[in-house]
Amino acid sequence: MSTVTDVLYRTIQEEPDRIALVLQSPDGDQAITYTDLIRGALGYAKLLEDAGVRSNEPVILLLQHGRPLIEAFFGAILHGAVPAIMPFLTEKLSPERYRQSLAALIEITKPAAIITYPAFTDEVVRARKEGDSVRSVILWTEAKPPTDISWETLGGMRSKPEDIVLLQHSSGTTGLQKGVALSHRAVLYQLKTYAEAIKMTRDDVVVSWLPLYHDMGLIAGFIMPILLRSKLILMSPFDWIRAPYRLLSAISQYRGTLSWLPNFAYNFSARKVRDRDLDNIDLSSWRAVINCSEPMRWKSHEDFFNRFSKYGLKRQALATCYAMAENVFAVTQGGIESPVVVDEIDRRSLLEDQIASPAKADEDAIKMLSAGQPIDGTSVRVIDAEGMDLPDRHVGEIALQGDCLLSGYYNREDLTQETFLGRWYITGDLGYLVDGELFVTGRMKELIIVGGKNVFPQDLEELAMDVEGVHPGRVVAFGLFNEELGTEEIGVIAEVDVIEDDLRLKIAREIRDQIARGTDVTARYVLTVDRGWLIKTSSGKIARGANRDKYLQESA
Amino acid sequence: MQDQIAVFISTELLKDPTRKIAFDEPLISSGLVDSFSLVDLALFIEETFDVRIDDTELTAEVFDTIEELAALISARSTS
Repeated sequence: MSTVTDVLYRTIQEEPDRIALVLQSPDGDQAITYTDLIRGALGYAKLLEDAGVRSNEPVILLLQHGRPLIEAFFGAILHGAVPAIMPFLTEKLSPERYRQSLAALIEITKPAAIITYPAFTDEVVRARKEGDSVRSVILWTEAKPPTDISWETLGGMRSKPEDIVLLQHSSGTTGLQKGVALSHRAVLYQLKTYAEAIKMTRDDVVVSWLPLYHDMGLIAGFIMPILLRSKLILMSPFDWIRAPYRLLSAISQYRGTLSWLPNFAYNFSARKVRDRDLDNIDLSSWRAVINCSEPMRWKSHEDFFNRFSKYGLKRQALATCYAMAENVFAVTQGGIESPVVVDEIDRRSLLEDQIASPAKADEDAIKMLSAGQPIDGTSVRVIDAEGMDLPDRHVGEIALQGDCLLSGYYNREDLTQETFLGRWYITGDLGYLVDGELFVTGRMKELIIVGGKNVFPQDLEELAMDVEGVHPGRVVAFGLFNEELGTEEIGVIAEVDVIEDDLRLKIAREIRDQIARGTDVTARYVLTVDRGWLIKTSSGKIARGANRDKYLQESA
Repeated sequence: MQDQIAVFISTELLKDPTRKIAFDEPLISSGLVDSFSLVDLALFIEETFDVRIDDTELTAEVFDTIEELAALISARSTS
């Protein structure tokens, strides 16, 4: 089993009629066998071949969550090309901003082809520049599944383990210029070692509503169950956010055993699901609900458990994971064989000395959830600014090494160089170790995570600067954790020259609108301040962390 | 009814009571009401007006303004 294509080939030889996934939508459920999936995918592989797309060339998929996206993704791999899924344009996004993002993606990734909808080709045409890398815009409607599956002529049969199998991006202009390139070998090694860590077998049933353009949805909630032959029940994030009970219904109906959720989904489910939607729901089959991709909160687990325990949810099902696209997905896993370790630490010592001291009675304590221990083949260190190992309980930067690591940031050798220290990948996350258990406490990198989605503050600042009355370099964006929601909210502060309240209010609203229309998140707090309010570094850059602290102090 | 909905959106969803929302102002397509808040809006309408909005109807195609939402509620409560 050296490539993804090999795995699919063997699956078709052994169990052609096995159900690969059930695609759920409000219109009904659609069961797709491995034969259906591969035939569907081959329709796309043929289109890529006809378009002259060669092995190892990237192909961008601009498709909504659904069957064409799934088939096009595997079609590109079977052809030997490299799929990259770009988040689809949602109704609130301005088409102009979306085109800018797409243009940024095309410029760095240099795709040979783009697969999209007929109605979307105009958008693609507008985003393109003369002489760019795109040789073909392929329409999904043209894909025709062949009657027979013939493997011999497939480009993917000649893929090598070290070849890139897919690219993963975060959203936004910055994220789209930073594609994580993963090899067949890294992906398959992750599936093997991670499946061992969570004791996954073919009897497991994965239920997911996660988007496929994000590592958690793409790897844990899509590729892993399909390649390991665990049944996958897949719904759209669009449907789930409007009706969070759908996840619970699916668990009950299909006897689901495994799910991955960002922390906010625990709070969201506990608070927003109506009782009447839970009639006859049975969650007793759910053996692991794995919290991953944004800061994990003890309280979120408690709220989720308290809300759903009477429907059969087991306490030992609550699990945790630390993951990132750069390691394909999982780095550590907690709560599978024994309950998630909870570490009660002294808040003051953490903030002032960066040491996670066990809290003594009557001290202000924080209950930290362990992210568990490294999966096999991946090693974790916590290091100081000089790259030296820190003792247990000392907070430092998390570094990792192993055979799941990225091949590099695609066409960004500069970034790849920056993020490696020898063979160690420096994550930009902060944490501490206790007896081999990893606790993630924060981030060095200036990234905001809203509902599990990575948002780069510089993208938000760029958008704010486009508002009239806001000046370049005089805006700052940051994340503020909201305990009630279980996720970060976005704050933006802009220096303005006008002093009239109504004019300032107008600017604040325009910033909010710009961000709503320019990204897939919204800004909760927008503050306009006098010139000179923002703290700058000695080199004249806006210091995001310092301004965030100042905002918190002033608004307290 | 339109006033009640507008007040709910500005105070509960936007957490900005000073924000006046015009009855013909786009809510969903503009991102003013984000996807995380749509369930809250549906719950509010159900509790306040005793009308059920199905989750599949929480899209800009079904209603995108307070006017359109109020019309939907009125049509349902008389039927």
